[in-house]
Amino acid sequence: MAQLSYREAVSRGIAQEMSRDERVMLIGEDIGGAGGVFKTTGGLSEQFGRRRVVDTPISEQAILGAAMGAAMTGLRPIAEIMFADFFAVCWDIVVNEIAKMRYMTNGQVTMPLVIKSGNGGSLRMGAQHSQSVENWAMAVPGLKVVTPSTPLDVVGLMAAAVRSDDPVLFFEHKGLYASKGEVPDGEIVDELGKAAIRRPGKDATVLALGLMVGRALDAAEELAREGIDVEVIDVRSLVPLDTQTLLTSISRTGRLFTVEENPRLLGWGAEIASIAADECFWDLDVPIHRITTPHIPLPSADSLEDAVLPSVDRIVQDVRKGVYL
Amino acid sequence: MTAIGTQHEYGAHPIVLPPAASTAQDGLDIAPALRLGLYRRLEELRQFETRAYDLFMQQLVKGTSHLSLGMEAISAGFGAAMRKDDYTFATYRGHAHTLSRGVPMAPVLAELLGRQNGLMGGKGGSMHLTSVEHGVLGSYAIIGAHLCVANGAAWSAQVRGSGQVTVCFFGDGTTNIGAFHEALNYAAVFSLPVVFVCENNLYMEYTSIADITAVPSPAADRAASYGLPAIKIDGNDVDVVYRTAADALELARSGGGPSLIEAVTYRHGGHSRADPGKYRPAGEVEAWLAYDPLTNYRARLTRLGVADSELDGIRADVARAVDEATEEAKNGRLPDVESAFTDVWADGGSQWRN
Ligand SMILES: Cc1ncc(C[n+]2csc(CCOP(=O)(O)OP(=O)(O)O)c2C)c(N)n1
Ligand SMILES: [Mg+2]
Repeated sequence: MAQLSYREAVSRGIAQEMSRDERVMLIGEDIGGAGGVFKTTGGLSEQFGRRRVVDTPISEQAILGAAMGAAMTGLRPIAEIMFADFFAVCWDIVVNEIAKMRYMTNGQVTMPLVIKSGNGGSLRMGAQHSQSVENWAMAVPGLKVVTPSTPLDVVGLMAAAVRSDDPVLFFEHKGLYASKGEVPDGEIVDELGKAAIRRPGKDATVLALGLMVGRALDAAEELAREGIDVEVIDVRSLVPLDTQTLLTSISRTGRLFTVEENPRLLGWGAEIASIAADECFWDLDVPIHRITTPHIPLPSADSLEDAVLPSVDRIVQDVRKGVYL
Repeated sequence: MTAIGTQHEYGAHPIVLPPAASTAQDGLDIAPALRLGLYRRLEELRQFETRAYDLFMQQLVKGTSHLSLGMEAISAGFGAAMRKDDYTFATYRGHAHTLSRGVPMAPVLAELLGRQNGLMGGKGGSMHLTSVEHGVLGSYAIIGAHLCVANGAAWSAQVRGSGQVTVCFFGDGTTNIGAFHEALNYAAVFSLPVVFVCENNLYMEYTSIADITAVPSPAADRAASYGLPAIKIDGNDVDVVYRTAADALELARSGGGPSLIEAVTYRHGGHSRADPGKYRPAGEVEAWLAYDPLTNYRARLTRLGVADSELDGIRADVARAVDEATEEAKNGRLPDVESAFTDVWADGGSQWRN
């Protein structure tokens, strides 16, 4: 058992899979010799060589195209898009090519690839380097979407993503890279499409993702002191979505809150709110409430960014208000 | 209205004429049997595309479609030069490229008709023809993307040491999108076994390529940027295409890296089904119709001593095959609605939740 940082867990997970299967390759900008701009791929080039850990030009379309063509013909590549914001310059390859090729060809091709990317805010990087874009990906049929919140999940979900025969967008949260957690020795393999109950509770269900999981847990501790018992669920996987775990909890507590870092309109929680309204409406005691970043680009100044990302205080206030409705 | 960046009215750009017909290439060292095969392929592509057009006009084919009428020599020449396990990446104008790898006509026509016996069961359509078992790794309808994807297949062949070469076809208009430049640099940097083939038919959709491109030869003039030689050939001479293809494939197969080939050609019709092609100046279409890859090739074979009866026999064979394929395609039933819900995922289904 070792204490690993989230960023070390990324390379641990990749190394585990590259050692197991020589078809697994890693490509991206500055990932090899430099170990990645977020140092999530440190040591991999030394361990697996430059044939398998490839430093590319600043060519996001070429990177993802290479991953796609290779996945169609026998390799199992992992490609890095440095900042998730940069998906915007290669979204064609993700949405029009990778996501649809199997379907359009009536199952003739399989797309076993992973795109890992640094997602999310809290690092004061401004509107072009802070976005949470997991809801963009969720909106596209043919993509699997995961967002680990702990080092252990990083390793296990990376393994599951690499072993998946479908394309997986693996969103690392930039604000979590320095965080630490216990990661057991030996092989770790998780499962896509499973949410995790991080804190059981009976009064309200709070769903969160990535950086927001820790904030939801902190809020739950505060609310517990007031006698409000909150269940916090780490959604982990948006596609496939573990509706069983989510709906069971919502039906039991009768109260649903989502904590979403994405801007408000069509955030991931909106879909879950809609499913809950359809399928467990009569179990709800109060209206569903979404706690999100407002519908604005993210500002850079620390005071402003802190004011707009969902905070522990905002979660506490909103849940308290909802519970006493 | 004068287009910005040009000195003339829309559609009044200078005419680009084909080369003068000549017998200079008759002596190329290509075996007679191979030449007959090339002729057969040209006939097949011509008659297939003509049939596809007719079926559109009968409204049996829905949606859109982009024909290679007049451009057949490029895919035919490459198809003949490629190894069975090489990979093809084509565009929405990809019927000819698909057939040139040996994919039978009936499933391709059935796909155009949206039938269950179509090449992809009706889920891809005219613009996305794919037959992995024939090495056709897809036809792509977003300009430029597939050059990047072709690199991936070439990379995989390089890693696996399989000796396979990837050939990627695209148009002149595609040389102005970023993905083209990303892909060329990437292929050159990693010395990938890939051959990029620009089918320069002088037009993007409805605009002359010369009017919106900074250099006269949209692909060849860019080659130097990626450390590649400028290769510009007569794309209407199937023998020239075949020879050029064989050289580029050999270079890639032996570890020599990518090539960029500009093959100049012309489309007989409009860009797609609904386009009458009126933006093309008077005289140009006529000149290119007269410089036809099929008639020119037949004339060469005649000069080389092939009997008319033999060539007529091939033409009649192909006509029969196209008729049979049409029947087979038309007899296909409509796809089951359930098939719309298969193969989103590798498990065959479309479930996104439990
Ligand atoms: C990214 C993108 N932009 C625009 C289009 C619309 N479009 C389809 S075909 C075409 C012209 C392409 O010209 P060219 O590359 O010369 O190929 P050709 O059709 O002449 O074979 C355009 C603009 C598209 N499919 N994708
Ligand atoms: Mg063109």
